[in-house]
Amino acid sequence: MTWDWNYVADVLPALLDGLRITVIATLLGSLVALVLGLVFAVLMRGPAPVRVVVRALVEFVRSTPLLVQVFFLFFVLPQFGVTLGALVVGVIALGLHYAAYNSEVYRAGIEAVPRGQWEAATALSLPRSRVWTGVVLPQAIPRVLPALGNNVISMFKETPLLIGIGVLDIVGQAREAGNTTFRYVEVYTIAGLLFLVLSYPAALLVRRLERRVVGT
Amino acid sequence: MSDLSTWFQVLLLGLPATLIATVGGIALTVVLSFVAGLALLSPSRTVRVVSRIYVEGLRGTSEVVQLFWIFFALPVLVGFQIVPIWAGVLVLGLNHGAYGAEIVRGAVQSVPRAQYEGALALSLSPAQRMRRVILPQAVVEMLPPAGNLFIQLLKSTALLSFVFVQDVTRQAHDVLIPAFNPYVFPILLLTLAFYLVLSLLITAGMRALERVAGRRLGRVAVGVG
Amino acid sequence: MIVFEGVEKRFGDNVVLSDLDFTVASGEHVTLIGPSGSGKTTILRLLMCLEAVSDGVIRVGGRPLSHMEKGGRLVPADEKHSREVRKHIGMVFQQFNLFPNMTVRGNLVEAPTRVLGLSRDEADARAVELLDLVGLAEKIDEHPSRLSGGQQQRVAIARALAMRPDVLLLDEVTSALDPELVAGVLKLLREIGETTDITILCVTHEMGFARDFSHRVMMFDGGRIVEDAPPEELFTAPREPRTQEFLRAVLGR
Repeated sequence: MTWDWNYVADVLPALLDGLRITVIATLLGSLVALVLGLVFAVLMRGPAPVRVVVRALVEFVRSTPLLVQVFFLFFVLPQFGVTLGALVVGVIALGLHYAAYNSEVYRAGIEAVPRGQWEAATALSLPRSRVWTGVVLPQAIPRVLPALGNNVISMFKETPLLIGIGVLDIVGQAREAGNTTFRYVEVYTIAGLLFLVLSYPAALLVRRLERRVVGT
Repeated sequence: MSDLSTWFQVLLLGLPATLIATVGGIALTVVLSFVAGLALLSPSRTVRVVSRIYVEGLRGTSEVVQLFWIFFALPVLVGFQIVPIWAGVLVLGLNHGAYGAEIVRGAVQSVPRAQYEGALALSLSPAQRMRRVILPQAVVEMLPPAGNLFIQLLKSTALLSFVFVQDVTRQAHDVLIPAFNPYVFPILLLTLAFYLVLSLLITAGMRALERVAGRRLGRVAVGVG
Repeated sequence: MIVFEGVEKRFGDNVVLSDLDFTVASGEHVTLIGPSGSGKTTILRLLMCLEAVSDGVIRVGGRPLSHMEKGGRLVPADEKHSREVRKHIGMVFQQFNLFPNMTVRGNLVEAPTRVLGLSRDEADARAVELLDLVGLAEKIDEHPSRLSGGQQQRVAIARALAMRPDVLLLDEVTSALDPELVAGVLKLLREIGETTDITILCVTHEMGFARDFSHRVMMFDGGRIVEDAPPEELFTAPREPRTQEFLRAVLGR
């Protein structure tokens, strides 16, 4: 009674379609988070007012639940005339949330670049933008790739909360199926396994990268 | 203004559930972190493997899936339904305990080998070495990452609204938003503020603990922040 | 060429340099000696605009460096002004500070192309010529991490020269080197001193080098110039007791 393979065969296509949505949300969300996080990190080294505002925003985003932030964007944006699909809102929310985390990662990487590098670049009169793009970031970013990778994996595992605004990801599809058939064991077990099958190898990959970065 | 006070009171009704989930979740997390973390360092291969499976299994799957699995699938298998809030505490503890296990393991391994050898030279038993020498030093290292973990856990309690726990998030989403739709902006801002305050409380508590633990080891307080 | 007028540098309450007045003529080689913490390195860092003066004015080539003229008055320099005057000053650091994400060639062509606007070919030709001068022509496509400390420092010297500076600042350039590598770097610096007319300010603990390289030696202590004299005079017959003490300590006699 507990495990029905025929049922599994029936729901698998829907679950895989949900997986597609989960992966899309993760990839796009990570793209936003990687770019925006870097912007935050650079601004955090800017002049005082900018620094303080960005710092406060990052702390706020990191201290409050992603789910409530998702609701916030989903319900509030339309009131300002911005109507976006649930998946787009989800990508923005994931991106913003993880940008806050990534900014800390980048910051640590930037701070690990020795002061002498800044000074040498300054002594050569390199323009500020070139100091960043030519000297500091090329040294900072390779070091933090593992940590950024971990954040991508974390985001992947957090995308299911987008079901709160109706996104049909893996868990959304599993819930739909479960609610129609009242059979939950199969769908949620498979959903869990799908996450494990993707995230565990990814985590191993990141750990290997970590060892290589430490080794250099 | 009266609206604001209404919203506040409605959200306040969700606070007990959020607090129970947070405190219960943290308690379970601490227990599981130590059990699984020390098990990861066990001389017995079997113990290590079992612990490793727990850690990787829970870290490798999504928390939402774990929650739904325990809430919807487990009752089918065991034959009875768990009260939502306790299912929530269970998932929060199991999930964050897996992350905490790595914190414990890392902190224990970061204690200099000389300390271990010193304890060995004094003929302390393995349990004594761990309890009297290694752990007191390791705990200091655990506190900062544990603070982050507890804040993650607090934020995860919002997920319990998916399984009918009447927490702060559910109060906002199910009660306030339908009733006061034009005011979603201030309502959700207020909701976020609830969590922000709780996060700050956790941070303040952990800072205090860090100071106490640091002083015990005779370390001078390092600059705040 | 370089003029310090009543320059003071404070870090918080800590006065590192106080009421400093001196000039360095064009083409002159001046060595700064003194106990560590006496403010020698700070002078170089002020000249490179890595630190801002707390008081007073620094001029280089007649132009204020720390300040700029605005409506007939001197106001603290902004980033643009600093960068403009900095172009004419080169610096070599104790820890080399080569960019590890670039090859030797990359380190040498970076600033000439980006700052002076040289074409890639011109900058490349300049790099080849300078690496030849420092005896590392064959290392042009190596990464800095594959070079010895002495080689890295010679590349750093070439990198500073690639900007064709009027002033070269040498900040304890041999302090981080293994003893057997020091001589090669000092020989190179002597060569540069003899064959160019660059104004050189040098902080060093190599007293032998200070003696035969410089036209003038300034002894620093407690943020002030204790003694300022030609090397033959300062090293053989120092007038000030602080200088005598210091030389006794470092020369062991």
